[in-house]
Amino acid sequence: MEIIQQLVNGISLGSIYALIALGYTMVYGIVKLINFAHGDVFMVGSFVGFYSITFLHLSFFPALILSMVACAVFGVLIERIAYKPLRNATRIAALITAIGVSLLIENGMIFFRGAQLEAYPNDILPTNKIDILGVTVESKSLLILGVSVALMIILQFVVHKTKIGKAMRAVSHDAEAAKLMGINVDNTISATFAIGSSLAGAAGVIFGTYYYKIEPLMGVIPGLKAFVAAVLGGIGIIPGAMVGGLLLGVIESLVSAAGGSLWRDGVAFIVLILILIFMPQGIFGKNKREKV
Amino acid sequence: MKTKKLAGIFLSLSLVAGVLAGCNSDSAGSNASEELLIGANLELTGGVASYGQSIYEGANLALKEINKKGINGKQLKLVKYDNKSEAQEAMNGALKLINQDKVLAIIGSATSTNTLAQVALANKNQVPIITATGTSPEVTVTNGKLNEYVFRTCFIDPFQGTVAANFSTKNLGAKTAAIYIDNSSDYSKGLAASFKESFEANGGSVVTEEAYLQKDTDFRATLTRIKSKKPDFIYIPGYYEEVGLIVKQARESGIDVPIMGADGWDSPKLLEIAGKDALANTFITNHYSSGDPDVKIQSFVEAFQKEYKGKKPDAFAALGYDTAYFLAEAIKNAGEEVTSENIQKALAETKNLQLVSGSFTIDENHNPIKSATILRYEKGEQVFETKVNP
Repeated sequence: MEIIQQLVNGISLGSIYALIALGYTMVYGIVKLINFAHGDVFMVGSFVGFYSITFLHLSFFPALILSMVACAVFGVLIERIAYKPLRNATRIAALITAIGVSLLIENGMIFFRGAQLEAYPNDILPTNKIDILGVTVESKSLLILGVSVALMIILQFVVHKTKIGKAMRAVSHDAEAAKLMGINVDNTISATFAIGSSLAGAAGVIFGTYYYKIEPLMGVIPGLKAFVAAVLGGIGIIPGAMVGGLLLGVIESLVSAAGGSLWRDGVAFIVLILILIFMPQGIFGKNKREKV
Repeated sequence: MKTKKLAGIFLSLSLVAGVLAGCNSDSAGSNASEELLIGANLELTGGVASYGQSIYEGANLALKEINKKGINGKQLKLVKYDNKSEAQEAMNGALKLINQDKVLAIIGSATSTNTLAQVALANKNQVPIITATGTSPEVTVTNGKLNEYVFRTCFIDPFQGTVAANFSTKNLGAKTAAIYIDNSSDYSKGLAASFKESFEANGGSVVTEEAYLQKDTDFRATLTRIKSKKPDFIYIPGYYEEVGLIVKQARESGIDVPIMGADGWDSPKLLEIAGKDALANTFITNHYSSGDPDVKIQSFVEAFQKEYKGKKPDAFAALGYDTAYFLAEAIKNAGEEVTSENIQKALAETKNLQLVSGSFTIDENHNPIKSATILRYEKGEQVFETKVNP
């Protein structure tokens, strides 16, 4: 029974990783940039959620939506200000800028509100324990899982069934050709950032309601873990990010379950190293020939 | 020529200044027969200013009471120095208090680190330093060697682990325990080690020892593991930030056994993070409780609230108050000639002194042998549970 309980723990954790990983993977898919500021968008989303719950007295879903909207705007701003001028620069220049933006957001947050932690109110979501064959499942973790899955389904719909999704796929496939076909590449890239960042915002609010404690540097570790998840699933591939996130969450829980709680973070990064050595294209990736 | 003249003027000026300074120190000397100077080197500003402020308020109240009667016809005068919560400043403060103010003894800093910065100076100049709340064993015994001139009013870290073990086996009837350690803190490891030793000495068994790191947020997997071992009791000697999350997540994972911690839990943020429902059936060890029905404590609380406009004295204030009494008692017993050396001897020989934070005997390591207070969380409030003697 313990093992099933641990799987439940792992899936709850993994669904948060997956939501963040989606943003990484979408942005990478379209502009070939690892947006290291993504973990900090997640943090900002968590704080927007916190303030909208405590000051605006919103309940969970309105706070979630407000945070998603705020993060979408924030993500587009970051893209327009920091990344767009570097569209034709080397990839390493964009990567360094991403790290700079990340530090700017973290320290800006500390500058404006201080480094002290904040705790999400306890009563946003009802906390009932449901016993299924000796496995304790919190109603809250079910709801969180439900919200995550719903967001992923919406994302699949947007990417595959809408015009903007089609444009995103086209730009990701070949930006030059897409431009020649009359697709507005800049707007498509902004839309990608908006969607990815709103998912990070949602993850932030979910994280806050599930783990309570939020602080300005909270995005660093989940951001890195989500990056590992994205690479694990195959970076640039949307279903890969979902599976990678869930898998990583489950791996971490199982490591803790085996008594290696101090090894949990280490194992996540060992996974990254192993993937990069043996399967750099990730689980869902197709082996592409590199142009030299 | 001109420069020589100037030099002459400077020379004579400095001579005059020297004479004047001499006069000053003379008058200070004659004053000393009426007033005994003691120093307070405290964190009045900076990161842990609330600790230093509380200690100062406690000590100040105690001195007021002591000076009503006086000590052998003399008054105690407190010279305070703000070390800004920094070790370097604490060292500067000790230098100033010893060399310029020529105090008889110093009420040392709130944290172990800042007190440790003054240890060498105290030993070298033979001026006793008493820290009210520096709990690290290192403060009085550094590298296995006793610091002759350093004392403390609080118990040391490992003692809280022993008290928690005794409380869990004797009062809660626990036979099996799980320990969940903050692996990034020596404080936590020290408490856990002494808890384990005493718990096993009392016939209990520790079924699992788990660890986390500061800033971790997800504890559910480890808690599930702890739950499967079915302990009667869980000991978490950590700081409030993570402990709040652990307690919350433990209750959500269906762990309802008693959970216990130490003074690292003592913060309003704990309640904010964990919530009052999750904190039910949790306990902490602490130095003192303002809710303790003991007459001595209640009269202290009353006097403190009268002095500071209804403010409730925390553990720091109580220990600051006790530190002043501990020192005053030693000055009283120092004999005819009140010197730093005699005070040191009297401090080291203190026995069965009744203070607010318990009866008080100094052991060979200059640590007090005294009781610890156990508090229970009830509806989010700390409630006095019991007192455990060593």
